[in-house]
Amino acid sequence: MKYSKILSTTFVFALTCAAAFGVQAASYKVVGETIPQSLTGKAGDPANGRAVAIHRQKGNCLACHQMPIPEQQFHGEVGPPLHDVGSRMKAGELRLRVVDPKVLDKDSIMPGFLNAKHNLAQKKWAGKSMLSAQEIEDVVAYLLTLKGSYTK
Amino acid sequence: MKLKTLTSMVVALSAGALLAACQVDKAPDSVSGYTFATKDTQAMQDDNFSNPAMLWVGIGEEEWIKKDGSAGKSCASCHGGAKPGSDEEGMYAIDPVLDTSGGATKISMKGVATKYPIFDKASKKPMVLEERINLCRTKNMKAKAWKWESDQMMGTTMLVKMQSRGMPIMSTADQASSPLNGAWKAGMKFFNERRGQMDMACKNCHDDYPGTRIRANMLTQAQVNGFPTFRLKWQKPGTIHRRYAGCNKMVRAKHFKRGSNEYKNLEVYMTWRSRGLKVETPAVRN
Ligand code: HEC
Ligand code: HEC
Repeated sequence: MKYSKILSTTFVFALTCAAAFGVQAASYKVVGETIPQSLTGKAGDPANGRAVAIHRQKGNCLACHQMPIPEQQFHGEVGPPLHDVGSRMKAGELRLRVVDPKVLDKDSIMPGFLNAKHNLAQKKWAGKSMLSAQEIEDVVAYLLTLKGSYTK
Repeated sequence: MKLKTLTSMVVALSAGALLAACQVDKAPDSVSGYTFATKDTQAMQDDNFSNPAMLWVGIGEEEWIKKDGSAGKSCASCHGGAKPGSDEEGMYAIDPVLDTSGGATKISMKGVATKYPIFDKASKKPMVLEERINLCRTKNMKAKAWKWESDQMMGTTMLVKMQSRGMPIMSTADQASSPLNGAWKAGMKFFNERRGQMDMACKNCHDDYPGTRIRANMLTQAQVNGFPTFRLKWQKPGTIHRRYAGCNKMVRAKHFKRGSNEYKNLEVYMTWRSRGLKVETPAVRN
């Protein structure tokens, strides 16, 4: 895996979202390879995080990742399996990967789920992020529970 | 070095050069979507009797001989039968640059599909096969243009492309001297540009992950050699411009009209990317 860019400096990203869409503005700080602070200050709900990860219109993580979600068929294999990701990574690392994976690899295929500024987005989605800040906290809380091992 | 070795080396080298000159340019590592399809889907494509797209080819065959328009002509009035056999020169039937000033018509449609998109001198833009067919309809037959994805248009396009089945796609659009070079550049930019709420480029899926499953779908290199393609999910054939729009929408990006300059440029680039692959139209895909 090529986490080619180790960030030594700290960047502040301020996402400005059109108020017209009613999307919450969220700001976050990247420190090294992490976003250490919660995006909302509210604890994540792992059960909702699991639902968001499955939901095809929301996280749709199963498009690319195999996860311990046996009731869903056809898990994708574009990204690494996530069965043990909670024992390999801390909350801050997981948060950065869901918020903006392109910080770690600018060529990554994985979408940044808090990104609300896109090139040529359909009108319906323009100015909106794929997930809300709280949904991302929920997904991170869910990922932290994944401490199993991957068997095909 | 022994003289004998030297001579054989020279012979080998010049034979190599000769071979290279005769060989059709092939994009490195390019493989047809066929390779990634299931055995069942491949079998469906291989057998003309089970290939569901043949129904549309049949529509094309009817259209080919049907007189339409105020000139009282059909395709066959100018081109004779679509099928190869009579005309061995068919491969060079249509010049890669369209010049409508000349009046020559060739008989067979063999090889025609390997040259498209061509450059249209009049509009200074690429011309794809659907547009060429409509030009014949409006200019030579004085008939109405067909809708981009009508059964008649897809059937006739398939019929024409089918006459090149097994022949390699050719494109020199990457060369600065090619009149299609500007379109090729614009198409390449489109292919590599991230777009949509998901912020993905065509490249992210089709250059980076072919052979990998995205949910239940096996990603391919998105080669153009089978289009118009019968897609099992659609339960009918679709043009490559329909597929472009579908992939744009999938990443929640704006899509463009069938026949738009954006998609024609993309087709020029993607045809170059498919060069050397054999025409498979009408292909069957999942
Ligand atoms: C379109 C494909 C795609 C989607 C959708 C996607 N990912 Fe990823 N993900 C990847 C790829 C590829 C990687 C490997 C690193 C890279 O290339 O960025 C990755 C890496 C990760 C990692 C790091 C794993 C490791 O072992 O290093 C985590 C955690 C992760 N993804 C979580 C998620 C979650 C949660 C979602 C949904 C909310 C999601 N991904 C949606 C493609 C995707
Ligand atoms: C999120 C992933 C993704 C992105 C991004 C994407 N596609 Fe696709 N594309 C697919 C899938 C899945 C299929 C169906 C399986 C296949 O043929 O690869 C497909 C199929 C195709 C096909 C049909 C190939 C065949 O042999 O039938 C073409 C052509 C194509 N895509 C072109 C494009 C173009 C052009 C773009 C950019 C505008 C693009 N794709 C962006 C996922 C994607």
